Amino acid sequence: MNIIVCIKQIQDPEIPASKFRLGADGKKVIPPEGIPPVINPYDEQAVELALRIKEKRGGQITILTIGEEGASRAVKHALAMGADEGILLQDLTFEGSDSLATAHILTRAIQKIEEFDLILCGRQAADWDEGLVGSILAENLELPLVTLAESADFIEDRWRVKRVILDGYQIFAAPSPAVLTVSHELGPPRLPSGWGIITASKKEIPVWDAKFIGTEPTQIGADASRKKLIKLFIPQRERKCDKIEGEKPEDATSRLVEKLRTAGVL
Amino acid sequence: MKGILICGEPKEKKITSVSKELITTGKGLSSVLDQSLDFLLIGEKCENAAIEAANLGVDRVLTVQGPGSSDLHPERLVAILAQVCKQNDPMVILLGQTDMGRDVAPRLAAKLGANVCMDCVDLVFDESSKELILTKPVYGGNAMAQWALKNHRQLVVTMRPRSEKPAEPDPSHKGRMESISIEFEETQIRTQLMETTCTEGKGIKLEEAKVIVAGGGGIGGSEGFGLIQELAVVLGAAVGITRVPSDENWMPKSLEIGQTGHMVSPNLYIAVGISGAPQHLSGCSHSKIIVAINKDPEASIFGMADFGIVGDYREVLPALIEKLKALKE
Repeated sequence: MNIIVCIKQIQDPEIPASKFRLGADGKKVIPPEGIPPVINPYDEQAVELALRIKEKRGGQITILTIGEEGASRAVKHALAMGADEGILLQDLTFEGSDSLATAHILTRAIQKIEEFDLILCGRQAADWDEGLVGSILAENLELPLVTLAESADFIEDRWRVKRVILDGYQIFAAPSPAVLTVSHELGPPRLPSGWGIITASKKEIPVWDAKFIGTEPTQIGADASRKKLIKLFIPQRERKCDKIEGEKPEDATSRLVEKLRTAGVL
Repeated sequence: MKGILICGEPKEKKITSVSKELITTGKGLSSVLDQSLDFLLIGEKCENAAIEAANLGVDRVLTVQGPGSSDLHPERLVAILAQVCKQNDPMVILLGQTDMGRDVAPRLAAKLGANVCMDCVDLVFDESSKELILTKPVYGGNAMAQWALKNHRQLVVTMRPRSEKPAEPDPSHKGRMESISIEFEETQIRTQLMETTCTEGKGIKLEEAKVIVAGGGGIGGSEGFGLIQELAVVLGAAVGITRVPSDENWMPKSLEIGQTGHMVSPNLYIAVGISGAPQHLSGCSHSKIIVAINKDPEASIFGMADFGIVGDYREVLPALIEKLKALKE
């Protein structure tokens, strides 16, 4: 099974809210000092799913990402986890691309890769949280799509995919090649092994540019962006907390119950 | 392009609460843009749901007959919706950020070549700039982004549940009902839906619960949820969880509250052993009263709560359960 995994490198989404900062112009997020960017956690789980399938069915895993030189960090991480090859899609014209443009770039890159059985993407990127790229990619390539996959395997001649829904799950069957977006219910991804890190560090990551993959200039980059960002702001969720501290549980809970009754919620 | 189209969701002969919230958003847009408001229902036996929608102040309710919508295949829905959109050419297509909307909206937008924005909490038309203004949580709820959009291109938007109040019946404005038939090629359907299983089944639905007791990573393991469940029984509450208990398999994943799970707004939300990550808070911050129980006095959840007890839940919850039991008797 040859599997392509599309990944994105983002600011670490696990940083505490207190370290989250916006630029003075209100249009940019300021990366926290000393905390390096990471592979988008949902994409890391897509890599994990690819590895689980490879362990069972064999094959080759290719990692695709769009970005500057620094984005090869995320690719190296995926390689260290056990992926076989990485490709960096890099071109000045790609900068500022929105989800539709990103899907276009990935579409053209994937059309250059001749043989594959499965394309995996994370369910969404934990920065803009849109959840668009995987689905649009599938539409562009006219391939079957199952979103929010928790697990997948190739049985007989089809992909069997468990899809997470709010109250349970669904099972889909899809012909090969298919596109899946992977949800976090898959479980924690493996850590790269020491050997994995060494092999990954030695691997060359080829760079493919706009000319090579044949992107349409009008479809990509900041100019093609369909929406204009007005501003970013931090939502106000703060409430004034009436905090009971240093009291015996019996006393603290008595007071709490009283307060909740006064507030009319008990 | 003309009009606004809401893709409603029927459930047990009614329309879902999210569908009613979409009507509120749609009505606001339709009046300021001076456009008609259509409400679409797909599924078999949705006549009663259609009547309910017609009474909520929409101009027209369109029904497409089809198999039960709970099992309705996303590809089939996209094929039907794409046809409806081609026939009616709406300028804005509204869906909920639900199992259906999450899946259908991106594909529909790609098929129509439309603009798309997912998981919005606000959508208004600014009359001075003649632009649509979309607001959506980004960076796991750490920030909100506001975008402007010229409305000369079709737009598909999903709205986050609980972003608006559900529309109330409007006796002065009754929508007319139209049944439409849609044809599409079966060859467009590439995947096969084999099975749909609901695991949440028993107990109170999180979205409908008046009281929720939720446990987080601080609970430390599945045994600790015994106390959470005991408290929930005494309160007649539903049980929810954050990401950690879900990832660690301490509790069923279908109980997760937050950005990628349930969006809830109970009268009382008791957060036990929950640190207060934005990803979780964005799913419960509309609760009327939030109570935090956490042994770490610095936990950020205290800043988002109305009442808090600093202490170990293993000591606080038994005492609280006793108090509430005594109160009941």
